[in-house]
Parts: sequence; structure tokens; C-alpha cells
Amino acid sequence: MTGPDLLPSLQPSLQPSLLTHLLRQGDRALVLAQRLGQVITHAPELEEDMAIANISLDLIGQARHLYTYAGEVEGLGHDENHFAYWRSAEEFLNPQLVEQPNGDFAVTIVRQFFHDAYALHYWESMEASSDATLAALAARARKETAFHLRHSQGWVVRLGDGTDESHRRAQLAIDSLWRFTSDLASIPDETELHDSGVVPDSEVGERWRDTVVAALADATLDIPASTSTSTGTSTGAGTDMASSGWQGHHSSHLGPLLEELQALTRAHPGAEW
Amino acid sequence: MTGSWPMWEVFVRARRGVDHVHFGSVHAADGESALQAARDLFTRRQEGVSIWVVRSSDVVASDPDDEAELFEPAADKDYRFPTHYELPAEVDHM
Repeated sequence: MTGPDLLPSLQPSLQPSLLTHLLRQGDRALVLAQRLGQVITHAPELEEDMAIANISLDLIGQARHLYTYAGEVEGLGHDENHFAYWRSAEEFLNPQLVEQPNGDFAVTIVRQFFHDAYALHYWESMEASSDATLAALAARARKETAFHLRHSQGWVVRLGDGTDESHRRAQLAIDSLWRFTSDLASIPDETELHDSGVVPDSEVGERWRDTVVAALADATLDIPASTSTSTGTSTGAGTDMASSGWQGHHSSHLGPLLEELQALTRAHPGAEW
Repeated sequence: MTGSWPMWEVFVRARRGVDHVHFGSVHAADGESALQAARDLFTRRQEGVSIWVVRSSDVVASDPDDEAELFEPAADKDYRFPTHYELPAEVDHM
């Protein structure tokens, strides 16, 4: 192969940043889907197992579309499976939040709520993308994600404003996961995509924060004071981009997750049903 | 843990213009949660356009032991059926 076979519809200067963007969003969806898969049979009720499995499957569907498009943008003949199964942890570009372990039900739900609030604002904004493929995908993913947020936000309020024990556990989950939300406040290096209208909204992080602040108030839960500035409307100077999952920096939890996800494909390359 | 949440009866309307029909039941902590569980369980393949959930304990049901007094008296009252009416020829479907 001599070089990438670029899509005619794509401005060549945008190709590297669009590819990175698609992998970031695809990895976000796939890694969380895999985590949620590990919850199934461990939820408090069968109905909640079903709900979590449905959300996981929606996320896998979104990841598949993003990866397939990433293959087209990359132009090297890679399909969706390549991006899911043949990259190592340091090549994954998901926010660190979604790779965090499931913990108790409160941790699973709070992680999901933080994610879903981000994902809904992301997809809403992407419906106006100048990239027709992404805009079409956003129109579908927004509806799925709105239901996911309704589920996770409902549970955050139910737990926070529930019993003393559920409130205590929900607050512990927020306290332990809060530091991973700094990734959701902003994505580094996407100025070109904002300017070209491919990623039209550069303020998804602010919208995320508004949603989270309102929901936690409703749930009688507190935002941890010590680190709250790291996700605020900062200029970027205060945020620690060197540790951003979007840049490929991860906690020790991603490696084992990917190992489980990728083991079968790597043991039997090219195997089919 | 099973049984720790109350049971809800689920009614789904398949399409506009038809009645909600009983589809089954779910466990859920509250009504909103029951609605979401019902959506996941019973409308995965576009079975519905509307869902009702009713707390199972709010359903007042007839007792199977009362069958004799409730239903059997209707058995020998064939005048309640319209079988003896002569239908006018203009009525095609009845």
C-alpha cells in the first residue's frame, strides 16, 4: 500500500484530527460497553440487568459506526474490528472515566450518569456537524443516549434522595469518580474540527457541567469541593492535559479490560461464526 | 434480592387506534423505573407506541373460587346473544 486512500469528501488537512476524533468517541463507547457487560447478572434485579445490557448494546452499535467511518477516513483498508481488537491500551483514546471498575451499583450508575450527560450533549451538538456521516449517526445516537441518561439520572436521584445508605453510597461514588470527569470538560487539540464545523460545539463540557450540577442538586448530592474547579469553564491552563484519556493516558484498569475484550480474536485471528 | 421491588403490570398499545393490551409484568422501584423496564422488555421489536404501567397491588381481581356465582349464570341465557335477530340484507358484516 502506497498511502492512505483519502475520502473525496474530506478536506485532507482535517484527516488526522477527524480520525483521532472518531477513535476517541468510538473508544469511549466501546470501553464503557465492555464494562457494562461485566455488570450483567450482578444488577439488583433482572429488569436492571436488561436495562444495562440494552445500554451496552446501544454503545457497541455506536462504536461500530464510529470505527467503520474511522476506517474510511484513515484510508488504509481497516474495518471496525481492527480498531476494536488490534490496538493496545496506549492506543485507546477513551476518557478515563469509562474504564473505571464497576464497583457497587452506585458507582456503576454514577459513572453512567457522568458519561450519559456528556454523550447526550455531544450527540445533540453533532447533529449540526458539517460532516454528513457524523450528523446522520448523531441523529440516531442522540435518541438512544437520551434514554440512557433518563435511566442513569433517574437512578442518581433515586439513590441520592433515597435511604441514608443509598445516599451515602451515591456520594462515595461521586467522590471517587469526580477526578475522572476532567476529561469530559474539554477535548484537547480539536480546534481545527471546531473551526471547520465538523465538531460544531466546543462547549459540550460547559453543558455537561450544567446538567450534572442540576441533577446532583435534585439528588441532594454534593459536588466535591476540592476538585470542582478542574471541570469548570477553565481556559485549559488549570486542567492537566498530560493525564487526559483522550490523549491515550490511562489508569491501570484499561489493560485488563482490553485483554478480556480482545483475547478471543487474538487467539483465533480471522475466525468467523 | 429478587422480590425486593414491587411488581407492575404492563399494558402496551401496539399502534394508534387500538387498545392497550396486557403484555406481562416487571419488578421496579417506582413507576418511572417500571416504564423504562417495560420499554426494554416488551418493545424491543417495535411492538408498541404507548405503555401503561399499573402497580400490581392496585389491581382488584376476581377470585377464581367465585367462578360459579360470577360467570356460570350467563351460560343458559342465550337471549343475550344476537343469534336470533334477522339481519337486514344491507348489513354485510356484523
